[in-house]
Amino acid sequence: MSNIIAIAHKELKGYFASPIAYVVLGLFALMFGFFFYSLLLYFDRQAMQMAGPGGPPVNINDQLIRPVFLNATVILLFVLPLVTMRTYSEEKRSGTMELLLTAPVTDLEIILGKFLGAMGLFAAMLAVSLVHVGVLFWKGNPEPLPVLTTYVGLLLMGGCFISLGLLISSFTRNQIVAGMITFAAFLMLWVINWIASFVNPTAQAILNYLSITDHLDDFTRGVIDTRHLVYYISFITFSLFLTARSVDTERWRG
Amino acid sequence: MIEVEHLTKRYGHFTAVNDVSFKVEKGEILGFLGPNGAGKTTTMRILTGYMPATEGRARVAGFDVVDEPIEAKRRTGYLPETPPLYTDMTVRDYLMFCARIKGLGRGERGARVKAVMERVRVADMADRHCGKLSKGYRQRVGLAQALLANPDVLVLDEPTAGLDPKQIIETRKLIKELAGDHTVVLSTHILPEVSQTCQRVVIINKGRVVAEDTPDNLTSRLRGSESQLVQVDARGEDAVAILGTVDGVTGATVTDVKDGLTTIEIASVAGRDIRRDLAAAVVQRGWGLLELRPVRMSLEDVFLTLTTVEADTPAAGTEAA
Repeated sequence: MSNIIAIAHKELKGYFASPIAYVVLGLFALMFGFFFYSLLLYFDRQAMQMAGPGGPPVNINDQLIRPVFLNATVILLFVLPLVTMRTYSEEKRSGTMELLLTAPVTDLEIILGKFLGAMGLFAAMLAVSLVHVGVLFWKGNPEPLPVLTTYVGLLLMGGCFISLGLLISSFTRNQIVAGMITFAAFLMLWVINWIASFVNPTAQAILNYLSITDHLDDFTRGVIDTRHLVYYISFITFSLFLTARSVDTERWRG
Repeated sequence: MIEVEHLTKRYGHFTAVNDVSFKVEKGEILGFLGPNGAGKTTTMRILTGYMPATEGRARVAGFDVVDEPIEAKRRTGYLPETPPLYTDMTVRDYLMFCARIKGLGRGERGARVKAVMERVRVADMADRHCGKLSKGYRQRVGLAQALLANPDVLVLDEPTAGLDPKQIIETRKLIKELAGDHTVVLSTHILPEVSQTCQRVVIINKGRVVAEDTPDNLTSRLRGSESQLVQVDARGEDAVAILGTVDGVTGATVTDVKDGLTTIEIASVAGRDIRRDLAAAVVQRGWGLLELRPVRMSLEDVFLTLTTVEADTPAAGTEAA
């Protein structure tokens, strides 16, 4: 456990020692701010129109917070490859992989350390959005539970992206290649159910199940469904397991 | 302390290490000598648990590197060919991280890092980023990292590569100091380095051990190669008898006899010019001196001779078998 924390700490420090952390946090703040602002304007207009007597009540959770976060997940698509692309590639390129693999730590400890390190940066990134949400709590009265479950869902979804990014980074010593493949893989997971309505029901169910964003929906409504939990957690576990295999294979090949 | 038995490593069809066996006793410095691509790095990587062997086994301090990797790694300090530094960390941060993953306790880390930095003389660069260090400092920080956990075994892959002469001398001195407390395996492709630092030498070529020797024996072979070639119009036995008595000569062998001319190779004490004495001895007997030239081999030639000579001895026998 202490080794995992040591490596996670080193990873996190590495992000902040390079421009990566700042670029990632900055980009996220900028884009999330823009999404938030534009949807707030939209929500404002809607609220004005609906505000008359007898109209349906406005719900800040459903009409603002949820759309903001669902839209904001697209930012992760661009930003998380930047976080994961160097994890293994850089260690391989610079030879520090030899330090890690000859230190008295297990491969699993290294992988979990790297995963937690990247998750740390991702959590810091999500923390930026607390400002916006905070303003809503200050000026309005959203329900706290759906907001909380949204964050849980986002962390799990980010965990899927990060674990997959780690796996891809373990394939190559070239960061750019790792980043590009990771981005493409994320995008595929994103759009995979677009063709769902054109295929047979079995395939449709599979495609919908694979779609990483579909599983987030319930979280944003304030529901933690075990089906989605199982999906996210097994996705993460499987990716990390494959990463372990990949590192091990690399050992054999040299 | 280190036992390597029948180690073989294959990458696809290419065999990098072929049936390598050797032992290193506690406190010994073993030199691993071979040309580039001989399999030195691969052997060291197997020894340090970086990669598994295809066949054979290696034990460090009694622990098998495959079956009990964590225990073996705990007792091994490794300096790879390229020092494994995180370029955006300071030297101190880097060593603190290494200390942590090497399992040093929270309380002892700081003191240990400080002590090691002083030992390899990088303390003045403690707050400099690793990426901004010169090659010499990088190498020393890499060495510091290997020493951190005070390991029983030190595996150093070309520890002097890329250093300037002064740094090379310092590093060799440091390595010699480390022996005794630590068991050291170091690789190099530089012959004098071996004779100056190591107590025993394993010569590896094309993945095979071609010789295992003490540096004394190796040095004498090196000296033997610093020889003169003499051609005289005398009978071989007579010439050998006479020239063998010249002061400073350690050996004389007939290498060629043709048309009544005898070619003799004369080995002599290193660093002494015996050509005048040889010429005088020949002329005194009334023979004709037809040729007298020093046979100077480059280090590469010496190494090649060494490996070819060894190829005729039992090591080659196993190859045939």
